[in-house]
Amino acid sequence: MTILQVLQLSKRFGGLQAVDEVSFSLRQGMIKAVIGPNGAGKTTLFNLIAGMLAPTGGEIRFQGRAIQGMRPFRIAGLGIARTFQNIKMFTGMTALENVMVGRHSQSKSGFLASMLHTSGCRSEERAIRVRALELLDFLGIADCADTLATNLAFGQQRAVEMARALAMEPSLLLLDEPAAGLNIYETAEIGRLIVRIRELGITVLLVEHDMSLVMDISDEIVVLSFGQKIAEDIPTVIQQDPEVIKVYLGE
Amino acid sequence: MGKNLVFLPIVAVVIAIQLLTAWTGTIYYLTQLTMSAYYSLLIVGLCVVMGYAGQISIGHAGFFAIGGYLSAALTTRNLIPHADFLLVRLLNSLGCLQAGQDVYGDPLLVFTPWVACIIAILTTLIVAFILGVPVLKLKGHYLAMATLGFGIIIYRIVLASAYFGEADGISGVPGFMLVPGLLVSGDKAWRVPNYYIAWSVLLLAILLLRQLIDSRVGRALRAIHGSPEAAEAMGVDIATYKLKTFMLSAVFSALAGVLLTHYNGGIGPSEASVMKSVRYVAIVAVGGMANLWGALAMGMLLNFLSLRGLFGSYDDAVFGLILITIMLFAPNGILGLQLGRIWQGLPYFLRKKPVTKGVND
Amino acid sequence: MTTELFIQYLVAGVTYGSIYAIVAIGFNIIYNTTGIINFAQGEFVMLGGMLSITFLHYLPLPLAITLAVLVTMGIGAAIEMLFIRWLKDPGVLRMIIITIGLSILIREAALHVWGSNVRALPYFFGNEISTFAIFGARVSPQVLWVIGTCGLMVVALNIFFQATSIGREMRACAANRVAALLCGIDTRNMVTLSFVLSAGIGALAGAVMSPITYTQYDNGTGLAIKGFTVAILGGLGNSLGAVAAGLLLGIIEAFSVSVVPLAFQDAIAISILLIILFVRPYGLFGSSAMAGLKEF
Repeated sequence: MTILQVLQLSKRFGGLQAVDEVSFSLRQGMIKAVIGPNGAGKTTLFNLIAGMLAPTGGEIRFQGRAIQGMRPFRIAGLGIARTFQNIKMFTGMTALENVMVGRHSQSKSGFLASMLHTSGCRSEERAIRVRALELLDFLGIADCADTLATNLAFGQQRAVEMARALAMEPSLLLLDEPAAGLNIYETAEIGRLIVRIRELGITVLLVEHDMSLVMDISDEIVVLSFGQKIAEDIPTVIQQDPEVIKVYLGE
Repeated sequence: MGKNLVFLPIVAVVIAIQLLTAWTGTIYYLTQLTMSAYYSLLIVGLCVVMGYAGQISIGHAGFFAIGGYLSAALTTRNLIPHADFLLVRLLNSLGCLQAGQDVYGDPLLVFTPWVACIIAILTTLIVAFILGVPVLKLKGHYLAMATLGFGIIIYRIVLASAYFGEADGISGVPGFMLVPGLLVSGDKAWRVPNYYIAWSVLLLAILLLRQLIDSRVGRALRAIHGSPEAAEAMGVDIATYKLKTFMLSAVFSALAGVLLTHYNGGIGPSEASVMKSVRYVAIVAVGGMANLWGALAMGMLLNFLSLRGLFGSYDDAVFGLILITIMLFAPNGILGLQLGRIWQGLPYFLRKKPVTKGVND
Repeated sequence: MTTELFIQYLVAGVTYGSIYAIVAIGFNIIYNTTGIINFAQGEFVMLGGMLSITFLHYLPLPLAITLAVLVTMGIGAAIEMLFIRWLKDPGVLRMIIITIGLSILIREAALHVWGSNVRALPYFFGNEISTFAIFGARVSPQVLWVIGTCGLMVVALNIFFQATSIGREMRACAANRVAALLCGIDTRNMVTLSFVLSAGIGALAGAVMSPITYTQYDNGTGLAIKGFTVAILGGLGNSLGAVAAGLLLGIIEAFSVSVVPLAFQDAIAISILLIILFVRPYGLFGSSAMAGLKEF
């Protein structure tokens, strides 16, 4: 079953065609990677799907529903979670609180209920805390729960960010260069983690530079160059593709 | 409930001060303390806007004035000349109006304080909504200027319209019977009860705000402050949250205006002046932006000193100076300065959230 | 409306409008080099008027005004050096609050020095009742001083920014501070200079307008908010836009006198500000795409 469909998607910045009629789709439960050299339009594509940018043409359909141009918080509410390339922790909040914010779209106490601490609000609050702790545990950082997130090591912050995204109970997880800034051991760790996340039934779309990670875990790979899709296939085929090799290694 | 134990020492201090004034025969201090408590009600509301939603408003005196002036005008302006209008008759039959006498003994027909209060609060909500919807989507400079502009408009309106008493303001505002036996009034006989009424309202407000900050909504607000992009990616509707916070604090300001006007028996245009708005901003800044207790402490202290006339003709200058000094040397407020270390030593339930990045938005 | 009345309103509008434009350009100069809005901009105008009036006791008019402008420029420089220069990466909110505090301090200082009386410089030529006729409308010669001085300032500033090396360095600083720094431009001095310039043009406008509009310690806030309205209308940072928007606001205000009571006149300018902020925060002449590139 197709969960995400990108159709003829384009984004123009003035004279620059950052994304040029790109189409691909994701089946439920797969891991798909988008790769390409610097400036290929990966991040722009990513931001279009997450709603940070509005496309100049084309369509994005999530579970059959057009989502292009929606505000990011609405897209998040539909069940698309994301992480950031340069980790964005909530400063001044603990790791646990960071993950609890991730439960936002899964809970609903408003201003009045929160001010009055109604019983509904209190039980919701307990559930949020329990689920957040579970997720920290799932990612192996439960002992960091009460540490200020910004004081954690880089790898741990990445894990908190992952837990925060999982807290949204997403059906699609967008990972923006999850291995950026990590060493080879940490990268392998993240790779295992992504596979475990897929086992939870979550579809994963990642943008990544690290070839070893992408080749290891992806079911399919989309290759972008100068905003255009030049290949889409399984990893072993992509590795042999002359066009892809040319783009990566030059003529 | 352990978290709310922190209120016990404050209640103890409030009671102790009242007993002390009774014992030393300085009960007149209670008047300024009561007024300070109402101003502090506005200030804790503004604290949430500035410290947690990261927005600056230089127009909160405008909301205070909407509350104060509307309740003053509605409870003093005689409706007898208009008694034949359908609306007036309808209001009268609904029990929204009450009869009375003016200073010359002539009959009066005016709104009851409760109805006036509700009208004032609703008006404030509408105005805050209209002002907030577009403006809160903008950043820093714009909101500051737009709220400043709003404050000036309100000031001009009360100064220029006969209905609001022009430069003289409105006097002769009756007491406000909250419930039978509890009258908000400046009458000497009611001085001690009013001191407690003001403090109850203020502490209740702080309790509500603390619970708000400590919940899903508060977490979302702090997340917006920490990283707006990430908060939005978590499904937080930033504009709506900022707008609701703004409206909430506007209501607090209006309520402070309503109650203080009934307590003082009147209101004048200086309550709507830009300087008042700046003063509130200054107090929130000294208190440490995202720190309700700091806002409370500084709100009480500085308003009390100002009302006692300690700053003399330099009243406004003092607040300007405070504003600059704090922003230059201690942008996290004076409580954030040296108390930092003592702070860490406090039991956990007393420590309320860190105040990092209070002003670097 | 008779032609004479129409001309009279128009001239009044252009007079006030050119002052608003100068205040707006003052905002723009500082905004361009620092990215902050100086809420004390209106106080520079008030100081220009007040100081000129005081110096007039000891000096002939041209010297009194010159000295007042120089002193205000010194105050502008002092403000930058004492309060702005040494702050490391202050947030917008913090800078706004500091300049608000400064505006209040200057205002309160003025109150204690000059009192709350309304003062004015004498008319430069003739007196209150001397007029000349344009198309049959009687107009005071002082309005020519105001319009002429403001016009000259705009021209002089343009020449300064286009043709002198310091002016070009300031523009480089405005376009990209880091790049300017890397090219060897002392951006800190450019910031000081921008305060000096803003203070100077504000003070000069304050002096020439004083005979018509009078000067009082609390003139600043109203002027600041109108100047800001104009700066926004013209597109923040765009000085030619500010001139057009200033004249527009001045004329709208002048003609609104016939419809709206004088007491509510300020409310008109502010309502325009609010409406503009709501519908076109990037100004009448800007575009949202351009605004997106700027940091607000």
